[in-house]
Amino acid sequence: MGFIAENLSTYVDGFLVTLRLTAVSGLLALVWGTVIAAFRVSPLRPLRAFGTVWTETLRNTPLTLVFFGMVFVAPQFGIIPPLGFWTAVICLATYTSAFVAEAVRSGINGVNVGQAEAARAIGLTFGQTLGNVILPQAIRSVIPPLINVLIALTKNTSVAAGFAVVELVATGRRLGVGNAAAGAWVLVGVAIFYLVLTIPLGILAARIERRVAFAR
Amino acid sequence: MRTRLMVAALAAATLLLGACSSGTADGGGGDASMTDGAMDFPAGSTMAKLSDAGTITVGTKFDQPLFGLVGPDGVPEGFDVEIAKLIAGHLGISPDKIVWKETVSANREDFIERGEVDIVVATYTINDDRKQRISFAGPYYEAGQSLLTLKDNTDINGPDDLAGKSVCTVSGSTPEANLLANYPDTKVVPFGTYSECLEPLRNGQVDAVSTDNVILAGFAAENDDLEVRGEPFTAEPYGIGLAREDTDFRMWINDTLETMFADGSWTKAWEDTAGTVLPTPEPPTVDRYDLNS
Repeated sequence: MGFIAENLSTYVDGFLVTLRLTAVSGLLALVWGTVIAAFRVSPLRPLRAFGTVWTETLRNTPLTLVFFGMVFVAPQFGIIPPLGFWTAVICLATYTSAFVAEAVRSGINGVNVGQAEAARAIGLTFGQTLGNVILPQAIRSVIPPLINVLIALTKNTSVAAGFAVVELVATGRRLGVGNAAAGAWVLVGVAIFYLVLTIPLGILAARIERRVAFAR
Repeated sequence: MRTRLMVAALAAATLLLGACSSGTADGGGGDASMTDGAMDFPAGSTMAKLSDAGTITVGTKFDQPLFGLVGPDGVPEGFDVEIAKLIAGHLGISPDKIVWKETVSANREDFIERGEVDIVVATYTINDDRKQRISFAGPYYEAGQSLLTLKDNTDINGPDDLAGKSVCTVSGSTPEANLLANYPDTKVVPFGTYSECLEPLRNGQVDAVSTDNVILAGFAAENDDLEVRGEPFTAEPYGIGLAREDTDFRMWINDTLETMFADGSWTKAWEDTAGTVLPTPEPPTVDRYDLNS
């Protein structure tokens, strides 16, 4: 425990990078994932096809492979991303957007089809139907699963440690070099800082779940 | 009284082994004579245990040209691998009875502590922090941190040219710690393995790769477009990692290394592997340190 206290500022530096990775890529994933979900229920077949390919490909690919593709394969096709934070954000956001899209789509499917029919009957366009009638209802019910996606994202940011980002896990590795005697305490410290992020998110999810359950 | 007899027997066995091996070197008769002699190790010792089992599990790198690199047949090759084979030979274990296990920079202490490997020969720098958890026989080679750049790069000729440059290294390694501590103006870009640094170097995403010179020499040997720059700027003694409390085994490996230094088998192992790219150095002096110092 003393080891963690002594190196608190180093841990906090790594923690802040993990926090920024989670926040920025989480935000992008939420926005883009919702767009993809809209694609998947849109009346246009090419958009539906794009949405399906996007989610099925990314959802069923290991995150490490997404990073590999971006960091080691893309340069061979002339796309040279700046190593570090933003490359990691792109990989994490892309990957997580597939899970967001699936969660949002399940929410959309959960809204009574009569709502969409009624909206169309009064002359709303597809965009209006989705934006003003379906999504507001759908999003409410998918907040708990979306928070679970964010918790998974928080932990997934650790993959970036192998790809030129010094976040919590890479910080832990650095601390490990100079302090082999501290052994497992180095990793206990890393775990504690992940919990600082994930446990409040879990509590939040549980609270919202209770509130949504009441509203029904 | 019994212990004294045991020590005498051990000393005699060591002398015998030494004599036997040096005879081999003079006669130029290969390794076979080492494996068929009677192996008299003190009962209960790790040497006796391994020798009786007829097998040893060795942790080494699988992606380290010239030191430990797995070929298409799944068997690693290199200087570390040869050193491990020589040690196994002195235990009466033939090379095909060695179980190779991949150890990367960040997990070597864990593998030793959990007993998943008997020894680790994996470009393993001896340092005091690691000595808190495991122990080191050797050193069997003195490496030093250096720089690898593209051949046509003229900006970087040594560590003093690194200010403002980005340098790729391995997350959680000694070279990374050294760069962070001594070259604060350098942007350190950490990846999971050294081989992953090469593409970013070619793509211009990093300016140099930094780690021990021998590791870099391996990459330079395999890639015509890469070059090792400048003199080594650290001293990195490579040791053989083993369980911390097993001092008898450690001292036996130290004795065995000295035998190898003296009888030419160490030099031959070097010349067959890393020596194809790097000059042959003088054998280092082994460090029989006290566990509690």
